[in-house]
Amino acid sequence: MTFDLTHFSAALLFALCASVVFGITQRNTPRDMMRYGAYCFSLFIGGVIIASWLMWFIKH
Amino acid sequence: MANAQNTTAVPAKGSADAGSMTYIAPLAGWLLPGLGHLIQRRYIRGVLLMLSVFVMFFFGLGMQGKVYSFNTGDLLDILGFVGDIGSGALYFIAKSMDWGIGNIHRAVADYGTKFIVVAGLLNVIAAVDAYHIAIGKKQ
Repeated sequence: MTFDLTHFSAALLFALCASVVFGITQRNTPRDMMRYGAYCFSLFIGGVIIASWLMWFIKH
Repeated sequence: MANAQNTTAVPAKGSADAGSMTYIAPLAGWLLPGLGHLIQRRYIRGVLLMLSVFVMFFFGLGMQGKVYSFNTGDLLDILGFVGDIGSGALYFIAKSMDWGIGNIHRAVADYGTKFIVVAGLLNVIAAVDAYHIAIGKKQ
C-alpha cells in the first residue's frame, strides 16, 4: 500500500504528530499540553505557509 | 488509621516499585511507543503518543520511505539509522519484513524517509518523558 501525499498534506500530518508529542512531553498539566501542542502546530503550519510564499516570490 | 492506609497505597519514592519503574518505563516506551506511559497509568497520553509515532512511521513506509540499516559509511546514513532505531520494535519489524526499501524515483519517498526518522526521534522524546514520570519529576 502506498500513499501519495502532497507536500502540504505531508507537512500537515508531520505538524500534527510532532505537535501532539511536543505538547505531551514538554508540559505538565493537560491544559498546558493542549495549549503548547496548538502553539507548536500553528508555528509549524505558519512556517510552511510563510516559506511557501517566500519561494513563490523568489520564483516570480 | 485512614492516613496509614493512604500512605501504603502509593509507593514511596525510592522504593522497589519506583526503582524498577525507572528502568522499565523508558525501555518499554522505546520498545513500543506509548507503553512507558501506559504502564504508569497515563492512558490518554500513552495512546496519543502511540498513535502519533505509529502514524508517522507507517505513513513513512506508505510513502515508500527508506529504513536505514546499521552502517559505518556516510555520516547522514549513520544518523538516519540512529533516528530509525528510536522506533524500537517498529524498526525491527520493518527490517524483518523487508519494508522500507526506498524509492529514489518518487519525490514523496524522501518525505517518507524523514517521517520514519522523525517517528524514531519523537519516540525517544516520549521514552525520556516516561522516565521523568517514573522518577517523579513530572506528574
